[in-house]
Amino acid sequence: MEHFFSLLVRSIFVDNMIFAFFLGMCSYLAVSKNVKTAFGLGVAVTFVLLITLPVNYFLQTKVLGPDCLVEGVDLSFLGFILFIAVIAGIVQLVEMLVERFSPSLYASLGIFLPLIAVNCAIMGASLFMQQRITMNPTDTQAIANLGDAFAYALGSGIGWLLAIVGLAAIREKLSYSNVPVALRGLGITFITVGLMAMAFMCFSGLKI
Amino acid sequence: MSLFSKNNQETFFNPLSSSNPVTVQVLGICSALAVTAQLKPAIVMGLSVTVIMSMSNVIISLLRKTIPNRIRIIVQLVVCAALVTIVSEVLKAFAYDISVQLSVYVGLIITNCILMGRLEAFAMQNGPWESFLDGVGNGLGYAIILVIVAFFRELLGAGCLLGFSVIPQCVYDCGYLNNGLMLMPPMALILVACIIWVHRSLNKDLQEK
Repeated sequence: MEHFFSLLVRSIFVDNMIFAFFLGMCSYLAVSKNVKTAFGLGVAVTFVLLITLPVNYFLQTKVLGPDCLVEGVDLSFLGFILFIAVIAGIVQLVEMLVERFSPSLYASLGIFLPLIAVNCAIMGASLFMQQRITMNPTDTQAIANLGDAFAYALGSGIGWLLAIVGLAAIREKLSYSNVPVALRGLGITFITVGLMAMAFMCFSGLKI
Repeated sequence: MSLFSKNNQETFFNPLSSSNPVTVQVLGICSALAVTAQLKPAIVMGLSVTVIMSMSNVIISLLRKTIPNRIRIIVQLVVCAALVTIVSEVLKAFAYDISVQLSVYVGLIITNCILMGRLEAFAMQNGPWESFLDGVGNGLGYAIILVIVAFFRELLGAGCLLGFSVIPQCVYDCGYLNNGLMLMPPMALILVACIIWVHRSLNKDLQEK
C-alpha cells in the first residue's frame, strides 16, 4: 500500500508528464486557452490512461514478455504496434460510451476526444511502464503488479490535468497583458510553461 | 510535370522556414524538447524522424486510393508503428548507446503529430514523389530546430559539442562556469520560445495578433 501511494505522488509531482517528460505537449498547448475545456480534456486523458495502462500491463506481462507465449521467444519488439492498437481501440470505445451516456460532455470535448489516441502522454506512459516492469521491485519507480499500473495511470493523469488547468488559468489572465508582438501566442506560452516547469523542479528533491 | 518543378521545390523548402513544423505549425513538440540535452541524440532523432516521415508519406500516398475513409487513422498508425519498430531495432543494433539515451522517445515517433498531420493533410491527396519531398522537407525542418536547441543546450550546459569539450580551460580559469540549468527540462521550453521570437521578428507575417 505504501508503494501504491509513493508511486501515485511521485507520478503527479516528480515525474510529471508535462514538466519532466514533455509528453502530450501538442494538445496541451492547443487546448489550454480556457479552463473549462482544459479541465474536460484533462479528465478524458486521465480516464483513457486509467483503462489503457492496466490493459497494456496485462499485455506486456502475459503476451509480450520473454517466455510468455512461446518458450524462449521475447516479443517485446511488437510492443509499439500492439500498444497503439489498444490505445486507438479504447479511445474509440470511450468515445462511443461518452456519446451514449453523456451527450453534453461529448459535445463539449468535440474533436479532442478522438485526438487522445495520438496524445503522446498515453503512449509514453505505456512505454515508461514497459521499462519499469523489469525494474527491481524495491525501486520506488517499479511497477510490480496491476495495482501499481493503476496508481501510475491515476498519478500521470492527475499530473497532466493539474498542468493543463494551471496553464489555462494563466493564459486566461495573460490575454489582458501587453506582450511583445513577436512573442504573442505561442512564444509567451512556451516561456510560461518553462517557468511552471522550473517551479515543478522543486519537487524533484522529494524523497518518498 | 518535371521532378523538380517550382511546386515541388516549394513543397520541399517551405517546411524548412515559413511553415516549419515545430515553430509555426506547433507539431511534434514533445520529442523536440525531450531529446535535446545533447547534440548527438538530437541529430539521430532528427534523422530517424526524417526517414520515417518520408517512408510513411510514400507508403500512404501509394495506398491512398485503396484505404477506406473510415479506418484511415488506424491504417496510418499501423504503417507508422511498423516503420518505427524497424528504425528502433536498427538503432538498437548499430547505435545502442544512443537508443538507450533516446529511451521511449523513439517509440513516441508513432504519436508524433508531425507524422499524422502530414499523412492526413498531404499524403492522402498527393502522389508519391511530392509526398516524399514533403516528408523529407518536414523531417529536416524538425531536425533543424532540434539541432539548434541541442547546440545551445550542450554548449552552454556542458561546454561540449558532440561530446568534445570546446570551451578552452583558460576560460574556466577566469571564472566561467557551465550553466547546469540548461540541461534541465525548463530551459528547452524557454530556448524554443527564443527561437520562435527570433523567427517571428524576422518573418513579420507569422506574428499573431
